Amino acid sequence: MELIWDGIKQAFSLLISGDPEIWTITWLSLKISGSATLLSLLLGIPIGIVLALTQFPGRSITVALINTGMGLPPVVVGLFVSICLWRSGPLGFLELLYSPTAMVIAQLVIAFPIVAGLSMAAFQTLNPNLRLQLLGIGASRLQLLRFLSKEARLPLLAAVMAGFGGVISEVGASMMVGGNIRGQTRVLTTATVLETGKGNFEIAIALGLILLILTFAVNFLLTHIQQRGQLRWPKPS
Amino acid sequence: MAEALLTLEEIEVRYGGPTPVLRIPFLEVLPGEVLAIIGPNGAGKSTLLRVMGLLEQAEKGRIYFQAQEVFRKNALAMRRRMATVFREPLLLHMTVYENAALGLTLRGLKRQSIEAKVKPWLERLGIDRLAKRPARSLSDGEAQRTSLARALTLDPELLLLDEPFSALDPPTREKLLLDLQTILRETGITTVFVTHDRNEAFMLGHRVAVLSGGELLQLGPAAELLSRPSSEIVAQFVGVETQVPGIVEAAASGRAMVRFDGGRAEVIGDYRAGESVLICLRPEDISLSSPPEEHFQSNGQNHLTAKVAKITPWGSHYRIALECGASSFVALVARPSFLDLQLREGDCLIASFKVAATHIIRRG
Amino acid sequence: MGSIALLLLLAAPSLLWAGEAAYKNVLLATTTSTQDSGLLDVLVPLFEKKTGYSVKTISVGTGQALALAAKGEADVALVHAPSLEKKYVADGKLLNRRLVMYNDFIIIGPPSDPAKIKSTKSSSQALKLISGSHARFVSRGDNSGTHTLEKSLWKTSGVEPKGAWYIEAGQGMGATLGIANERNGYTLTDRATYLAFQKRLALAMLLEGDKPLLNIYSVMEVNPANGPRVNAAGGNAFADFMIAPETQALIKSFGLEKYGQPLFVPIAGKREEEIGG
Repeated sequence: MELIWDGIKQAFSLLISGDPEIWTITWLSLKISGSATLLSLLLGIPIGIVLALTQFPGRSITVALINTGMGLPPVVVGLFVSICLWRSGPLGFLELLYSPTAMVIAQLVIAFPIVAGLSMAAFQTLNPNLRLQLLGIGASRLQLLRFLSKEARLPLLAAVMAGFGGVISEVGASMMVGGNIRGQTRVLTTATVLETGKGNFEIAIALGLILLILTFAVNFLLTHIQQRGQLRWPKPS
Repeated sequence: MAEALLTLEEIEVRYGGPTPVLRIPFLEVLPGEVLAIIGPNGAGKSTLLRVMGLLEQAEKGRIYFQAQEVFRKNALAMRRRMATVFREPLLLHMTVYENAALGLTLRGLKRQSIEAKVKPWLERLGIDRLAKRPARSLSDGEAQRTSLARALTLDPELLLLDEPFSALDPPTREKLLLDLQTILRETGITTVFVTHDRNEAFMLGHRVAVLSGGELLQLGPAAELLSRPSSEIVAQFVGVETQVPGIVEAAASGRAMVRFDGGRAEVIGDYRAGESVLICLRPEDISLSSPPEEHFQSNGQNHLTAKVAKITPWGSHYRIALECGASSFVALVARPSFLDLQLREGDCLIASFKVAATHIIRRG
Repeated sequence: MGSIALLLLLAAPSLLWAGEAAYKNVLLATTTSTQDSGLLDVLVPLFEKKTGYSVKTISVGTGQALALAAKGEADVALVHAPSLEKKYVADGKLLNRRLVMYNDFIIIGPPSDPAKIKSTKSSSQALKLISGSHARFVSRGDNSGTHTLEKSLWKTSGVEPKGAWYIEAGQGMGATLGIANERNGYTLTDRATYLAFQKRLALAMLLEGDKPLLNIYSVMEVNPANGPRVNAAGGNAFADFMIAPETQALIKSFGLEKYGQPLFVPIAGKREEEIGG
């Protein structure tokens, strides 16, 4: 218990002192996982709409694949992305392994099915005719995406939070494709593993706490957006 | 000859199945008219409406809007000159005003222009006092009025309505129907109106089309469809409940005598003796009277002796199923007359109908 | 919508990250314990400053490090498993093997020393005593350099370790020490990790200095034929750096301040037979 208390004290002293390494690690975590989540939104939400509101041959297989993808073990994703990015791999010529971009790619693969699957569920809560109705008053495809997303914003933001949560906290894939290189690909999770392995438990706990604070802050912001603008029902007179 | 607003040519929709869900060789919507489309469930009416509203692409065929062919490139621009209202209001999580203004918002109009267009329509549809209410808190009728306002503020060149009142309870439905009728008369907006309620169709429609199994069975002025359906199915659908099979006995100068099981009747039309036909009559065209009274055979009327088989209350009327021999007739009698006649099942009485009221469908 | 635009702006730079120019990167495959010692945190920045190369240190298990090098997925390897290394050199996968430094392993255990291993100076004899008295022993069990050494000691002792007293942790050195501490057992550990954890452990150092316990680090260059894009020049530059006199001097003094004793002994230029006593 004393260890945890030491860790908490360490966490605050590290943050407040502005230890540059800690800030680099924290900023990298945010940037990499944030980018991956954002990309997964750009891909996953439109696909969620298509799956939820249209019919096409092969739809059920696609849905099953996405649902399976939601449970992909991150370390397996890391392994496969590594193999692709190896010098001897098909994408080796891109020289991306052990770089933040590689981590964004791996985290994108992890987050995308989560976001797509949960977006699909979000849009399925809408009336399927809503899509036709919006088209029927002149919405373009982009406007359709925007307004349907607003209508489904509650479950949709839950999808965003799930996607972000899934990648900010993951360590296996990040370790494998990033290499935990100081100043370049060392993020909060991989740094925690490193410090634990070295026996620096207070620092490890501090890093863990910083990760929790970061995740909480992001989710707080997203929840605020989610709950804002919920129309109040008029009180019965 | 007015040029058509919307033309459909050789339209086909299959959804990958063996039989077409919709097959329309040719259909025109004329400017300023209300075209009502009726038909049984599964006839393809909603599909047809979606194709006309450019909400769904037909697998085959061409569409012309204001004489210009519709392609993928110009589809959005053309779609924006139309507006569709569905059976459910399908409003968004916003206020009534914002919902009604949605179409204009999508087109990028400025706030003042939007207000100038939306406010009058909210007033016209009687929902201006609800402008700030969240759409979700409205009653069905108010919500559907909002949906209508949303479409009408767009001042569309073509208005498409897919069974807009079928989800409403009867009093709400009647009120809204009357309001819509007035609006359509005042504005003259070209309208396509899909419904399974024939009364609505004939009330609003200038022309009526009957759709069944994806095909247009008949299209013409409302009056024509009402009294001169071209086939048994159409006849059934427009409410021609009496369809008696018979053979033409004799025919001369626009009239003919048809013999059926139970009697004979004079009809109008050019037929040849021996033709197999169906005598069609609308229920309201048959009047009933008690037998003991003397009848003189007045020109232009048929009188048959018939037995009352079944009496069914029918709102403000009574539906009387009659048997004349093996042939069945259906008459509609208003309540006062019904009470006067004191009809009972099994009674014998005289059923009369004008020769001119008969409509013949050729068989075979 | 505005918040989304902001987020997109944040993401843009990461999307523009491509891999850096190939010639600048040197991929160093090494082990977790080497990285954990902290030595590379001192040496690598010096190398980068001196040569302009950018080193990416991949610290994984010994087996994985050598396998990556053999596939050409690294440019230079710094590990401490001589018998395995020699195999890779014999296969031609790794070139120019040069000794860099050594640290040593020690056997630690409960201060009461139930198996009485203090009575001997031979590490294999000590293991024999441990298995004979069925005293608890915690092994790395993960095919790391440490584990490989442990296995060779058992082989020398003629005993095959089996039974409830022999615990295979399957984890890194730090975690393995934790388990040994909890279970009050013996274990084989490198001196550096022991020193780092010493405060937390109730275990004592019981045997040191036996020649087989010396942990010899070598640097080897990856054969450019192993795979595409091997940076042979960069790998060679790093290897040369590790045995350069200035570097060797740094290695000699590393750890002195923190632990009161150096962690490594530099041995560049010596032959393997000369080492130890």
